[in-house]
Parts: sequence; structure tokens; C-alpha cells
Amino acid sequence: MSNAIISLITVFGVLVVALSVSAGLIWLERRLLALWQDRYGPNRVGPFGLLQVLADMIKILSKEDWVPPFADAAVFVIAPAVIIVPVLLTFAVITYAPGVAVADLNVGLLFFLAMSSLTVYGVVLAGWASDSKYSLLGSMRAAAQMLSYEVFMSLSLMGVVMLAGSFDLKNIVEAQKGLWYAVPQFSGMLIFLTAGIAETRRLPFDLPEAEGELVAGFHAEYSGMKFALFFVEEYLGITLISVLISVLFLGGWEGPLLPPLAWLAVKTLFFICFFILLRATFPRPRYDQLMSFGWKVMLPLALANLVVTGGILLAVR
Amino acid sequence: MISLLKSMWQVFLHAFRKPVTIQYPEQVDYLPPRWRGRIILSRDPDGEERCVACYLCAAACPVDCISLQATEDSHGRRLPSFFRINFSRCIFCGYCEEACPTDAIQLTPDFEMCEYDRQNLVYEKEDLLISGPGKYHDYNFYRVAGVAIGGKGKGEARREKPPTDPLGLTP
Repeated sequence: MSNAIISLITVFGVLVVALSVSAGLIWLERRLLALWQDRYGPNRVGPFGLLQVLADMIKILSKEDWVPPFADAAVFVIAPAVIIVPVLLTFAVITYAPGVAVADLNVGLLFFLAMSSLTVYGVVLAGWASDSKYSLLGSMRAAAQMLSYEVFMSLSLMGVVMLAGSFDLKNIVEAQKGLWYAVPQFSGMLIFLTAGIAETRRLPFDLPEAEGELVAGFHAEYSGMKFALFFVEEYLGITLISVLISVLFLGGWEGPLLPPLAWLAVKTLFFICFFILLRATFPRPRYDQLMSFGWKVMLPLALANLVVTGGILLAVR
Repeated sequence: MISLLKSMWQVFLHAFRKPVTIQYPEQVDYLPPRWRGRIILSRDPDGEERCVACYLCAAACPVDCISLQATEDSHGRRLPSFFRINFSRCIFCGYCEEACPTDAIQLTPDFEMCEYDRQNLVYEKEDLLISGPGKYHDYNFYRVAGVAIGGKGKGEARREKPPTDPLGLTP
């Protein structure tokens, strides 16, 4: 009985925290971008403009829920759900602190990789069902980009898996007690970071929704709450990648003095801010540059990292 | 790759700069005297309307937002019976001010004229007229122009000689 209550609390706690963090990120991103562009950003609604998120939410909820007459209505409605469910599911397998996890899977990392592959479907379905050239171009780009960056995303994580000897995120964190994997797997971390940016379709890899050329890419035809789901998914993706980098490379909840959850929050926040700084700094590469960077630079690097890590491990053990 | 990190560092350093934003309703920016804002109709130093209803401003207006009707008072002065500017159409180009031969119509450094009702943006003559001479303090059209009005005959204007008698025989 008490076990059921605890797991219920964990389930809803993770859901509520993940969703509200991603909503709060909208405010954080606007404030940080403004800070780095010598502006103030939203500072009118509530203290520090914190209630801006609430105002935006009320506005977007009261918008007309519109399906374009030329769109494939059923797929058009389902696509936002298809894109957000895998991301939310991934939050379930992460161990946030000792004992704080919705599902303690022994293949948690594989589950994450599988789920991040599934988000491609949401993007492609959204672009296809919209029946507009910009959406289709955006979703085509998204499909190619996410598929090719996923290849070395999983390869870059294999070094961590070899070092820890487990796919279980809890065991991976516990194996980092002595030394964070950011040191022995530094190149792996960089490759995973790059792939993570591409997976969440964030700048500088936001070609699927390049507003300068594709209006809004795959979600150009969406409005109201359905658009909000894409929006929230993007921020959920940032949170997810940041949490995963902290868990896989920076020792997750490990750290002195502060409670485990606070350490994870601090590390995650650092990477979230890093993501926003990336957006504030870089222009968007050309599409062929993106693809050749993925296949010709990052994939060989990930393979080399895998081979070198494996070789050293073999020699040591 | 090094240049990417450098540019990220440069962007990060902007966190310690003062924002350039002017927090508008609380802080107000300086507007230069020649700012082209709300249009007014000025009066001459004697307190009479400067506008002589010549229609040049209405003709110069590229969006046709000025409409007026000329009339004449008992002294023979021309003046508009109504003068109407539709500020929902006005683009604040200042052509009316340039066209005005008597410096009557002038643009002022004021832009805060929001309304909830669009109809309220149509300004009538009593809304446009101000009590002062605006940018040109000493200019009085009827005191320099040759036209005769009540209280001022031909040849009595400033820097004007009395009219010559074309039938006179003196050189």
C-alpha cells in the first residue's frame, strides 16, 4: 500500500516537475537571451516577469483550435501527442536520486535511445499531415538530421556503458563515485552534447524549423494548444538531454554537502544555460554542412572514441 | 572550433553589461525638437489663427488624411471653417508642415496618442489648435503679406512700400 503511494507520488512528481520546468524554461530562455543581448526580456508580469509563462499559457489556451482544411485531420491531431509522449516516457527511466525513479529499468539507456528515435515519427507525421511545402521540407530535414545524428549519439554513449559495465542509469551514476566520466569520456561527452542539440532540434541545428526559410518548418500549420505541445516538447527535450548529460558524464546526484536532487538540479541547470548560450551565439549552418559535419566529423570521432575506450579497457583488465 | 568557443565567451561576457533598454513608461527618451509627432495648428503672436485654408497641406498629404473647408471672416481673413486630421491614416511624413505657406500646421515631439476607439483618432480643429505660435515665435502672415484685411490696408505690411499710383506722372 505505502509502496503504491510512494510510486504514485514519484510518477506525478516527475511529470509535474518535468512539465513545469519546461514551461519555466520559456521564461528562463527569454531572460537569458535578453541578458546576453543587452536587453531585459520579459520583466513586467509578476516578479522578474515570472508570471509571463502563466500569461502565455492563458493566451495559448484561449486560442482557436484550428485544423487547416487541406490537412489530414486525424494524423494532424495525433502528431503533437506522438512527439511529446516518447520524451515524457524517457523521464520515467531516469534515476534522479537514490530511490527516486519511476521505473528502474536495467536497460534504461537503451530505452532512452529507442524513445529518442520515436520522436522522429512525430515530426515527420506533423510535416506530412500539414500538407504544406514548408512543413514537408522541415520534416524531411528533421528526419534526415535526427536519424543521422542518432547514429553517433548511441555510439558516443557506448564508452560510458563500457566503463560502467551497465545500461542501468542508476549503476552508471554509482560507477562514477570516484571519477566523473566527463574526464575519461570527454570526447564522448562532446559528441553526445552535439547529438543532443541536433536531437532536440535546437539552434544551431534547428534547420527543421528554420524560420528564415521555412516559416516554422514542420509545425508551420499548427496553432493553439497543438503548437504549444511542440513548444513544450522542445523544452522537455532540452531538459532531458541536460539531465542525461549530468547523469551519464557528471556523476548525476553525486556531490558533497547538498542533497542528491539539488546536485542533479544544479548540473542540469548548467547545461540548460549552456544550450541557451549556444542559441545566443551561433548562426544556423547550411543543410549540407550539417549533414557532412554529422557523417564526416562526428561519426568517425564517435567510432574512434569507441575503439580507443574499448582498447584501453581491454588492455587494463 | 576555437573561434566558436571564443564567440561563445564573448556572448557570455555580455551578461555583465548594462542593458541598453529604456524602460519606456517609467523612463522617457529624449525626443528632438524636430521630431515628427502629433500635428497641431498654431496661432500667430496676436493670438489669431495662422491657417489661411489654402488647401496646400491637404494636397501635399500622401495619404489624404487632412480635410478642411475655407471660409472668410468679417475682416477679410481667410480661415478654415472646419479642419480635420484623421490620425489613424496619418503617416507623420511632415509634408503638410513643409507645404504650409504660413507655418500654421506643425508637427510636435509627442507620439502618445493611443485610443481604444478608432473614431477618437479623428481630430477636429478645436483639438488641433494650440494657444501659442509653436516653433516660429514672431511670424505673423498678415503682417508681412500684401493682402488687405480689416485694420490693415494695402502697403501697411512690414517692409512694404505704399502702392504706387500707376496713373501718376512723377518718376
